[in-house]
Amino acid sequence: MSTMKDCNAIVIGTSSGGLNALSKVLKPLARDFPVPILIVQHISPDANDFMVHHLRKNSNLQIKEADDKDIPEKGWVYIAPPNYHMLVEEERFLSLAVTPPENFSRPSIDVLFETAADAYTTHLIGIILTGANNDGTKGAIRIKDRKGMIIAQSPETAEATMMPQSVIDKNAADIILPLDQIGKYLNTLILGTSYE
Amino acid sequence: MNEEKKVENNRIEIDLLLEGIHRKYGYDFRNYTNAHIKRRLEYRLKISGCKNYMAMLHKLIYNEVFFNELLLDLSINVSEMFRDPGFYQAARETVIPYLRTYPFIKLWHAGCSAGQEAYSMVIMLKEEGLIDKCQVYATDFNELILAKARDGIYPLDQIKKYTQNYQKAGGKRSFGEYYTADYHSALIRQSLKDRILFTYHNLVSDGVFGEMNIIFCRNVLIYFDQKLQNKVLKLFYDSLVPGGYLCLGTKESLRFSDCSQLFEPVIPDQKIFRKKR
Repeated sequence: MSTMKDCNAIVIGTSSGGLNALSKVLKPLARDFPVPILIVQHISPDANDFMVHHLRKNSNLQIKEADDKDIPEKGWVYIAPPNYHMLVEEERFLSLAVTPPENFSRPSIDVLFETAADAYTTHLIGIILTGANNDGTKGAIRIKDRKGMIIAQSPETAEATMMPQSVIDKNAADIILPLDQIGKYLNTLILGTSYE
Repeated sequence: MNEEKKVENNRIEIDLLLEGIHRKYGYDFRNYTNAHIKRRLEYRLKISGCKNYMAMLHKLIYNEVFFNELLLDLSINVSEMFRDPGFYQAARETVIPYLRTYPFIKLWHAGCSAGQEAYSMVIMLKEEGLIDKCQVYATDFNELILAKARDGIYPLDQIKKYTQNYQKAGGKRSFGEYYTADYHSALIRQSLKDRILFTYHNLVSDGVFGEMNIIFCRNVLIYFDQKLQNKVLKLFYDSLVPGGYLCLGTKESLRFSDCSQLFEPVIPDQKIFRKKR
């Protein structure tokens, strides 16, 4: 997996238990982490921006809710806004949509993962964390089809097992890692620093 | 074949399909954002039984019913009454006082879809005592959706959400006054429906639309690429009176647009802008 030094983006999908899990994944990443990170966390349509504030407190990276037509930049984390799908265009900018929910979710992980798979093809890492439904499985399969890489949180370390388990069951995970190892592993993959 | 090539080939097929639709039916989706269009096409391809986009294009050219199904996929914008209550609250506080200064007010909901947001605004105008001097236009490019908007019938299970939104938006009465309900659906009161002129207008291909005091176009520009966004924003500029208001969706922005100098932000968070004088 040393090929991931030419990674251009990381996408992360999670649902219940995600806020805590995201903090743990982002924590080890340095402020100058060279790859943009795009996140779908299932969230109530009425949610305010508590998630952005929470992650800002727990990460060195710059965190924002995505605006339509944002161009992902290194060192930044883009979070899908409540009640919008977040898509990646082939020209590698973000767009938002209020098309119907998918897997009962808006934002939906499949929408982000499937569009990101076409935009970044082999230069993409997808991560599936804790969650109690199977949104993201189709998206993970698409990323695999485009020869990107998928990391699944090990279900034993997930507050809700179904989301990572579903990806694992479809043989769409390249590697299964405990929650506290995922951030360090990203540093290894992308910066080439040693991994214990 | 490498993955970039596959994506590129797929893109060629989709571009040709959109070209075909434009030539055959006059609807121009060529400057919509690609990821959005591709997803809607993928969905229709899967349930159509067509082998690929070229087969689908053939079917689209010879089968207008099939085209109309696709047109619906491409125009559905799922909204709510009083979606983003904070926006309506801000509009009540900042835009309504401005509207009061005019003897006659023209409002335009561009891309109104099934009409929820246009009805929301009519309710607010009524509560503010302005409705009798307002003409509200609501336009969309899909006649089927316009018919739904004119009907003003919404599933009853949505009404709870609409009611919550209405209350959060600073609604002054009981929301139940604005509709009648049966077991499955809620029907907007005729007196509200009479206040809106629902009519066909295509932002992509049609021109200036009257001299408006305020234009609402929320969560429509997100489907357009930069070039088309610029064109439509210019159209809005030309359709507004000097000092008229433009209200966009809360995640939309003029930042990257050629038109950012033509408007000034009034409430930046809620994306309420004003045409510069």
